Amino acid sequence: MTDVAILGELAYWQQTGIRVGVGLAAVLLVAGTLVYVHLFKLVSFMQSRLGPMEAGPFGSLQLLAEVGKFLQKEDIFPRKADRFVFAAAPFVVLMSTFLLVVVVPGGPDAWFINSELGIYLAMAVSSVSVIGILMAGWGSASKYSLLGGLRATGQLIAYELPLILAVMGVVIQAETMNMQGIVQAQADGEIFGWGGIGNPYILTQFVAFVIFMIAMQAELTQTPFDMPIAESELVTGYMTEYSGMRFLLFFIGEFATAGVFSAIASVLFLGGWWAPIPGLGFDDNVWNLLGPLVLVTKVVVLTFIIFWARFSLPRFREDQLQQLAWKVLIPLSLANIVVTAVLKIVF
Amino acid sequence: MQLLAQVSSETDLYVAQNIFFAVIAGTMIYAAFRVVTTANVVHAALWLVVVLAGVAVQFLFLGAEFVAVTQVLVYIGAVIVLFLFGVMLTRASMGDDETVAGEKRAMAAIVGVLLFAVMAVALVDSFEDTRVDIDGPQGVVEVSDAIFSQYIVPFEAVSVLLLAALIGAIVVARKD
Repeated sequence: MTDVAILGELAYWQQTGIRVGVGLAAVLLVAGTLVYVHLFKLVSFMQSRLGPMEAGPFGSLQLLAEVGKFLQKEDIFPRKADRFVFAAAPFVVLMSTFLLVVVVPGGPDAWFINSELGIYLAMAVSSVSVIGILMAGWGSASKYSLLGGLRATGQLIAYELPLILAVMGVVIQAETMNMQGIVQAQADGEIFGWGGIGNPYILTQFVAFVIFMIAMQAELTQTPFDMPIAESELVTGYMTEYSGMRFLLFFIGEFATAGVFSAIASVLFLGGWWAPIPGLGFDDNVWNLLGPLVLVTKVVVLTFIIFWARFSLPRFREDQLQQLAWKVLIPLSLANIVVTAVLKIVF
Repeated sequence: MQLLAQVSSETDLYVAQNIFFAVIAGTMIYAAFRVVTTANVVHAALWLVVVLAGVAVQFLFLGAEFVAVTQVLVYIGAVIVLFLFGVMLTRASMGDDETVAGEKRAMAAIVGVLLFAVMAVALVDSFEDTRVDIDGPQGVVEVSDAIFSQYIVPFEAVSVLLLAALIGAIVVARKD
């Protein structure tokens, strides 16, 4: 990530090359780490089983073995499937994830794009993944896939609203939609005149944080919101007919999106790449190296919460899910916006 | 920092922008024809995604980042998703549906050509050879300042209209 500091002197195509490379690394490394630390190890401990330990030290090469397994498998198309739509669907989902990574800053100069639109852009591109899921559900020509795709869409539409409305509270408080600006607003913030740890918005926007985390769990279709892939009813929902490489793409997309959404949540509520280390200014060059590490630490903590909930809660019913979104989360987030706006003007 | 690269403002000929405008405009026209000629409803909706994404990119070329992102959020993320959702809930047949492109095709073509002619004449007539200078992207602050001061009345009118439409939809949908 240190390369990014000298981006200003490089040609446009060189900058683009570096951004694509770092973006790929950010998606794949984070997804791999999450799968290994949380899915293989943490969950195994929680469920009193051993988890992978044969491949490499502590089973750390298990991940490579799994990827190798998926790559060897045959890429099966159902006979009645719409070939192009079926084949393209995983790429649409993964593309939305890659575009999400782009808005997350890793340090004062270590960013992909530093757009004024920041979080708004993130919310827009995250909504594109729904189309990929619908394409997968319909293109498979299978009733389980279609039902899974429809359930996923209904759920994603319902929870996108509380997600965006929760972000509004943060945007009002930070007075900017730029991700870098939100980090800076938290770093420069003060708690009743004491600026020792800045003012991470998890303190003032706690309601928004809780709403964001719940809505995020639903957007990622993780248990307890996993009706779209409910294995006891729909096999694996919209992914039922996929095998080999294309299933792997959905799988990577799932974990990478969990990582990226956690990164966005840590920028919004936990101060992003900034941490209260005495003697370091906001624009210090060392943050370009330290920032990504701080950010990844926060991401691991937040994804821990996601997977903790995933593996310890039972599944909601479809109507309970919709009621939670429309009758609880949306009114609550609207109230949060009003309260934040009033307090913003009063103070 | 803006979402799209911009060549130096010393020349007034944006070569890269012009080439990509042509490429994307061509893609949009092709996709738009496929929307109305394909016999598969889901394919038509997916071709419409290509058209709308093209519109978003054209907004980027004009420096209107906020509008471009809104285009993606509202049209691709919401309108098309509702289209697809509705189609799949009702008639999700896999193959071509011959009833889609019925005998109304000629009528639709005439309406389309007339609409295009009216809009083209209106645009050419009102702008003629005016050049719009685009230096950098339009900031969010300027957009919001314009909406909430100069255009506050149309803005409020639109929001009341949307609210009325929303309530109307609920009234129509509710059976009791």
